[in-house]
Amino acid sequence: MASETGIGASVKRKEDARFITGAGNYTDDINAAGQTYAVFVRSPYARAKINGVDTAAAAATDGVVAVFTGADLAADEIGDLPCGWLVKSKDGSDMVAPPHPPIATQAVNYVGEPYAVVIGETLEAARNGAEAVDADFEELPAVVDLSTAASADQIHESVPNNQAYDWELGDKAATDAAFDSADHVATVDIVNNRLIPNAIEPRAALGEYDAAAGTYTLHTTSQNPHLERLVLAAFVNVAPEARLRVISPDVGGGFGSKIFVYAEETAVIWAAGKVRRPVKWRAERSESFLADCHGRDHVTTAQLALAQDGKFLGLRVKTKANMGAYLSTFASSVPTYLYGTLMAGQYTTPAIYVEVQSLYTNTAPVDAYRGAGRPEATYVVERCVETAAREMGIDPAEIRRRNFIQPGDFPYDTPVALTYDTGDYEASLDKALEHIDYAGFGTRRAASESAGKKRGIGFSCYIEACGLAPSQVAISLGAGVGLFEVGEVRVDVTGSVTVVTGSHSHGQSHETTFAQIISDKLGVPFENVTVLHGDTGRSDYALGTYGSRSLAVGGSAIIKATDKIIAKGKKIAAHMLEAEEDQMEFADGTFTVADSNQSITFGEVAFSAYVPQNFPLEDLEPGLSEKAFYDPPNFTYPAGAHICEVEVDPDTGVVDIVDFVAVDDFGHIVNPMIVEGQVHGGLAQGIGQALFEHGVYDDTGQLVSGSYMDYTMPRADDLPSFTVDTTVTPCTHNPLGVKGCGEAGAIGSTAAVMNAVTDALGVASVPMPATPETVWRAGRGE
Amino acid sequence: MEQAGESRIGQPRDRVWRALNDPEVLARCLDGCKSMTAVGDGEYEAEVGAKVGPVKATFKAAISLNDVVEPESYRLEVEVKGGAAGFAKGSASVNLEEVAGDDGDETLLTYRINGNIGGKLAQIGSRLVDVAARKMAARFFERFKVDFDTA
Repeated sequence: MASETGIGASVKRKEDARFITGAGNYTDDINAAGQTYAVFVRSPYARAKINGVDTAAAAATDGVVAVFTGADLAADEIGDLPCGWLVKSKDGSDMVAPPHPPIATQAVNYVGEPYAVVIGETLEAARNGAEAVDADFEELPAVVDLSTAASADQIHESVPNNQAYDWELGDKAATDAAFDSADHVATVDIVNNRLIPNAIEPRAALGEYDAAAGTYTLHTTSQNPHLERLVLAAFVNVAPEARLRVISPDVGGGFGSKIFVYAEETAVIWAAGKVRRPVKWRAERSESFLADCHGRDHVTTAQLALAQDGKFLGLRVKTKANMGAYLSTFASSVPTYLYGTLMAGQYTTPAIYVEVQSLYTNTAPVDAYRGAGRPEATYVVERCVETAAREMGIDPAEIRRRNFIQPGDFPYDTPVALTYDTGDYEASLDKALEHIDYAGFGTRRAASESAGKKRGIGFSCYIEACGLAPSQVAISLGAGVGLFEVGEVRVDVTGSVTVVTGSHSHGQSHETTFAQIISDKLGVPFENVTVLHGDTGRSDYALGTYGSRSLAVGGSAIIKATDKIIAKGKKIAAHMLEAEEDQMEFADGTFTVADSNQSITFGEVAFSAYVPQNFPLEDLEPGLSEKAFYDPPNFTYPAGAHICEVEVDPDTGVVDIVDFVAVDDFGHIVNPMIVEGQVHGGLAQGIGQALFEHGVYDDTGQLVSGSYMDYTMPRADDLPSFTVDTTVTPCTHNPLGVKGCGEAGAIGSTAAVMNAVTDALGVASVPMPATPETVWRAGRGE
Repeated sequence: MEQAGESRIGQPRDRVWRALNDPEVLARCLDGCKSMTAVGDGEYEAEVGAKVGPVKATFKAAISLNDVVEPESYRLEVEVKGGAAGFAKGSASVNLEEVAGDDGDETLLTYRINGNIGGKLAQIGSRLVDVAARKMAARFFERFKVDFDTA
């Protein structure tokens, strides 16, 4: 049904009515009778031994209900926060993860690590209590610098050389041989700067314990409530899985930072059981800066070997990745299987070898942040390609064109373990070149020059592996969980439809796009479809939202369930029309007996399903409700071409993005308006990394970019009006032919901006973020 | 954090030295000082309410006098704890020089502060703490100079 609300239509978001009228229902909006308030007491030191925590004065503070330390959790056998992905080192040994108690017991290892939690009758009482907690710290020298962390003081007793693992991917010998035969080698030294996620809604939790039933309910800001429940039940030992319900209501942005299982919600749900009253916590913005997992933070040297004609022969990448003080929930996978595997990019580079050493430092844990590994990889590859093009005097668009994997080459096996199913990279590049008017760039540059400005253009032809993930592949690479998704379609008696999905929406608009799919497939009005999500009490075990997987994986599960609904509907219709099941056809909301004028509507079938008359019960059950699990056979591979044009004022170093074109191939698109919105947001974040954002610790491990006075978020007036367009090669292995669009903007844009800035200045490199001071110095050759 | 400054005080050096070693004088002159107690030879404990940008707290300071050369110079070692507000620690070298004034002997006090801050102070106050410290020092000397007349 190609209707105004079906697949392909820019339907306005169902969610917006409540969001823009302030009627959203976020965790902090939910209050329980008799609730108490939790305040965490956090380490002011980057590294210190805890000689003792005196809670007496805090406990005696007016209105304080309880004060807990790490010892109290340990006494209750509350376990460590685990990392769910086992990565192995080159030598075959397992990665080394230090113990990570939710509340520190023996030592604190980053500024902001909680060492006590105070529960108060009011927030003020809890704060006063927190002020009165007195800890005896013995400060130790902090390990902050990633490049020297391996030879610095050992942070954790169980982790020699502060090393989590030393990982490799690809064929070293073949890559060395490629370099031996190369005509040219381009080398880049780059830093992927540390980013702090800054979701608009801070993390929050409300823990409740029902003493009569012995059950726990946790409302929290999680991107994947089932995973939260699994970890809290199976690893942390808060409560048995069946007696713990986790609900993520409306969530205001996550960007990865709300995937992970954190100390705070763990302590809150445990404490609710201890004090036998609901416990509420919501992070202050300062706490978000300190204690949300950060992103990126790599130091890399990369080399691209080329033949005289500009063909890529080999790529070598050596990266140090900062894990922070502990290994967060999925931290180990980000600089490895979501990074090294992307080093082929869109190119036919035949030999690639990637080494990644992940190290601990006395900083906040680092884990997935929008794009997770793939922006870092794109930055490496596209800076290498650009550098090679300039050094060899080949046009940057042309050098990419000469190396693209061609449409006839798919499925294409890369030398770094992936099989791309489809793509047409040149189509996206051509469209992007047209939008930016590449032919007219010389004229524009001359005009800028005569106005005393320096104009530059930068390309980024990115690829991402998303639609995470084929369980079999992920598990064989060390994942501790499957990565399928569940979808349930419940047809109501009156013909309206309720969809229960394991995907979680925190900005992705599932209530709209999933309703479009159902409306399209079942022919029911869009407004009669309701999408429920984010509740372990409502859906089967599911994996949630990250890695641009909602539509490709969650949507596919819904399609599978919908197919079952149609099959069951045909049975019922055949019974009602006294026809054979295999004669039944379904289209546009109507069941028809083939080659006849006998038909019956979907609504009539639904009603009959619940008011069954003369059903042959041995063959036909009442009801019209189906569920399906979908495990993708492969990743999806969105790809595109981003081109950025900048004008730099050499006197001030200010970079003005004068034009930005993103042409992306997301496969089929359900709602173009929503996709465009996702791209805009991603571009802003990618440009943020390039020009503005920087998580900085001083050499004693203090976070000095810990507020909006010092951490620069991109603002609307920093950004141009983006030109966003698409090309389409449908994904070959999921029913909708979709690839995912959530991360693309953040993956492609950073490299495009930096290639443009370096082009404008005529220099080999500029460190990120390219702030006015940095650019001004780079322009002066400093 | 590093800071240095000087203040010319219209009193003879001996008097300035005695005042600098008198906890009661210090408590009167230090903005926000709630108490200053001698707890040993050259050791003091103080409670000071201070505000650095958005961080407002009562800081507990442990102060010790080192390298005392009476009546010329000493070095203060200071450890300040502000609970949830964070911490500061550092040292201040203070030097007194006799200078001739129009109406008799005067004293030139010079000081040099070295320090670190941590926790919330560093997180949101790092760019403000210099200014706050400078202001606090200025207020101190303002009061210290007139304290001789009123005491």
